[in-house]
Amino acid sequence: MPILGRAALIIALAVCAYGIFAAIYGAVTGRRAFIESARRSVYALAIATTVAFVVLELAFLRSDFSFAVVSGHSSTTTPWYYKASAMWSSQEGSLLLWVWLLSIWSSLVIFLTRNRLRDVVPWATAVLLGYGAFFAALLVFKVSPFETLSPAPTEGAGLNPLLRHPAMMIHPPMLYSGYTLFAVPFAFAIGALITKRVDAEWIRSTRRFALGAWLLLGIGILLGARWSYNELGWGGYWAWDAVENASLMPWLTGTAFIHSIMIQEKRGMLKVWNVSLVLATGILCVLGTFLVRSGILDSIHAFGASTLGVPFVTLIAGMSLGSIALVVWRRGILRSEHKLDSLLSREAIFLLNNLVLVALCFVVFWGTFFPLISEAITGEETAVGPPWFSRYTVPLALLLVLLSGIGPLIAWRRATPRNLRKTFAFPAGCGLVALVAMLFIPGVPQKPLAMIMFALGAFVIGTIAQELWRGTSARRAMTGEAAPLAVVSLVRRNRRRYGGYFVHLGIVFMFVGVAASSAFQHAEDRRLQVGQSTTVNGYDVKYVRSTATFQSDPSKTGAMLTLGAVLDVSKDGKHIATLTPGRGYYSSSNANDGLFEQLINGEPTSEVALKTGPMRDFWTAVAPDFTKLQPLVDAIDKGLGQNENMTQDGLLRGYVAGLTAFTEAYKQSPPPAMFRIISSPMVMWIWIGALIAIGGGLIALWPAPDAARRRATANLKARVAQDLSRA
Amino acid sequence: MAMDPARKRRLRLTVALTAALVLAGGLVYTSFSAGSPARNPSELLKSAQAGQSYKVVGIVVKDSVKHDGDALLFKVRDRDGTAETAIPIRYTGSVPDPFREGREVRVNVSRASGETTFVGEKDSLITKCPSKFIAEDGSKPAGTY
Repeated sequence: MPILGRAALIIALAVCAYGIFAAIYGAVTGRRAFIESARRSVYALAIATTVAFVVLELAFLRSDFSFAVVSGHSSTTTPWYYKASAMWSSQEGSLLLWVWLLSIWSSLVIFLTRNRLRDVVPWATAVLLGYGAFFAALLVFKVSPFETLSPAPTEGAGLNPLLRHPAMMIHPPMLYSGYTLFAVPFAFAIGALITKRVDAEWIRSTRRFALGAWLLLGIGILLGARWSYNELGWGGYWAWDAVENASLMPWLTGTAFIHSIMIQEKRGMLKVWNVSLVLATGILCVLGTFLVRSGILDSIHAFGASTLGVPFVTLIAGMSLGSIALVVWRRGILRSEHKLDSLLSREAIFLLNNLVLVALCFVVFWGTFFPLISEAITGEETAVGPPWFSRYTVPLALLLVLLSGIGPLIAWRRATPRNLRKTFAFPAGCGLVALVAMLFIPGVPQKPLAMIMFALGAFVIGTIAQELWRGTSARRAMTGEAAPLAVVSLVRRNRRRYGGYFVHLGIVFMFVGVAASSAFQHAEDRRLQVGQSTTVNGYDVKYVRSTATFQSDPSKTGAMLTLGAVLDVSKDGKHIATLTPGRGYYSSSNANDGLFEQLINGEPTSEVALKTGPMRDFWTAVAPDFTKLQPLVDAIDKGLGQNENMTQDGLLRGYVAGLTAFTEAYKQSPPPAMFRIISSPMVMWIWIGALIAIGGGLIALWPAPDAARRRATANLKARVAQDLSRA
Repeated sequence: MAMDPARKRRLRLTVALTAALVLAGGLVYTSFSAGSPARNPSELLKSAQAGQSYKVVGIVVKDSVKHDGDALLFKVRDRDGTAETAIPIRYTGSVPDPFREGREVRVNVSRASGETTFVGEKDSLITKCPSKFIAEDGSKPAGTY
């Protein structure tokens, strides 16, 4: 089987090389046959990478440890659904996932544009196949997923326990879908620049891909945040870690892009800006993949040891220089068809929103790369932490929310003070009422930034409500539909606009959730004995009893042993919740330790327990400390190691007996445990807002029935006209 | 009085560019002043200034992890160093799941004058991202295949 996978990748590389040649040759000479052939190369790439993907995925599902990556990242004790996702926890598997998704999305766009943009498509095809060639070459020459082990080990290392979480199964495919989907508008922008077709046609043809990329990348980022909150034992959802920032940067420029293309479509302006944004987004997507996979930011010295460093840096440098050269070369035809008429216009607000998003991206970029920058300048590696990021991102986020409330209210081209007064009265009133109300909530006025965010949130919600109200009333006046039906048909007829409003609504909820939970969070680390209590933010938390189970695997992650606690949470004597945080233990394979020691000091991961609610999350995690039980562990290991000739069966029995003794001891006389207890308001609104935003994104993405109908009517009209002219 | 449109645009551009420059300047200035310099444990042992915050990267020394009330006590040594050149750290705050003896960690620390133990900044302890436990060059940290 490995040979089949390897062959598929070599074919993929060959297909890319041929396709690039055919596309460019066809484009230059105008020979359609070559262009057709290049298009079929994209489909062939999809087939070849699908074969490689399936071969590797099957190897994971069958636990075929003759594959080196399978033995390194999976095991027979890993539950089957985590076996499936273990593939992309490996370097090799994740790069294969990248190129596979790229080939799928490329095939889709090449198929959809088969009768359109005849001069742009060949160049776009060449660019997409160029990506394919790069990743296929890495997989063939540098990090082959089909390395074999002989003899095959009988057991593998298992999926890293921290990654055993539903969100982590689909987080990488979502993120990579976002990255690879952004390759589509990137490629078409290059094609449009080369062929001087810089009107809005390439944007129209790839708009849905950009929107899809934005949506899936956003979902990927959110799943990462959710995983961090629910799986990692620290209780946060964002830490300005380089790995998180890497995915946020292209999302920010992508967000700017899907806003600013509207101005090009409507007014023929901002052409340089739009191509620059999409080129930057494409480059940041590759940079994001590179940052996460190469570990360069851990230390600049890791760069030399990295197998991916040089190829990726070459690619990124090539993409950047090529993009800049193309834009400079074509600056003459990228002139705007119109000038900005007034700063009081929707164009100006969109432009401002773009500047804020790009500034945000720049802040994140600077902070992420600061260790490298400072080392290059001062010779001393220095890093900036979350407070530094917040200092810039918080005010920029506030400005962004304000602009998202203003944008929909203001007219294209030029707004008059009179209609501004009319449209702003209600939303501004909402914001003011919220601001005044906040002043009376104890504790809130001490956090002015959070308070401003709440008020701005109310302003944006007011804007959206007013827009929906106006649209619906107009529609009801026109058609006499009932209100709910009028809302539905209003949204259906203007999916892009109202989908966008729902996205704004969702983002506002998320920002409010983020502001509330970061400004008013109480996090404490406490060491408790059974029977002891502690108070966190007015909540009494009592460690009622310890729990210990083995082989029952309550969290379905394949943990051998789970130790936990039962916590009783009450406020003013009233019972609020019973929480049972736990910690799952997975064997490591450190040959220096005894068998039982390997489990106890192996890979524990928190199983967080939380009581979630619209107003407040109460979050707990436990880390047992069994220094006191160490003699028991040593005794068990001594028993297991005593008889060299012990049969496999006997060893297993001894192990189970040891586990039984250990769990009993932990239940009977538990040592004190460390608890992390967090009381955090309104976290739920981040997830609710995310769902609303995703829904809005889907509405905007869905093909409008009107467009299909219009095309059909246009065809009919043409035919009738033809018939008439014949008659 | 109406301004000539070309001049108005130039003015706008100047204002926008100035704003961008101010932001960029602020960014550069604050990042250099707010960042904590990175040091190895052995360097800190020799020459740590009292009160200055450092970001230390090192390996948790075997058998050094202890609990004291809500605090965690441990020592970190250089990547290729020994326990003799390790520094003791007293830390409070969240402890990531992969934290373990023998693992690489980063933490922001500072030391009061006259003290030997460094105090870890609350919640600043991080370990490597789990998707990257296996080093690039194929060498694998203890505890994994």
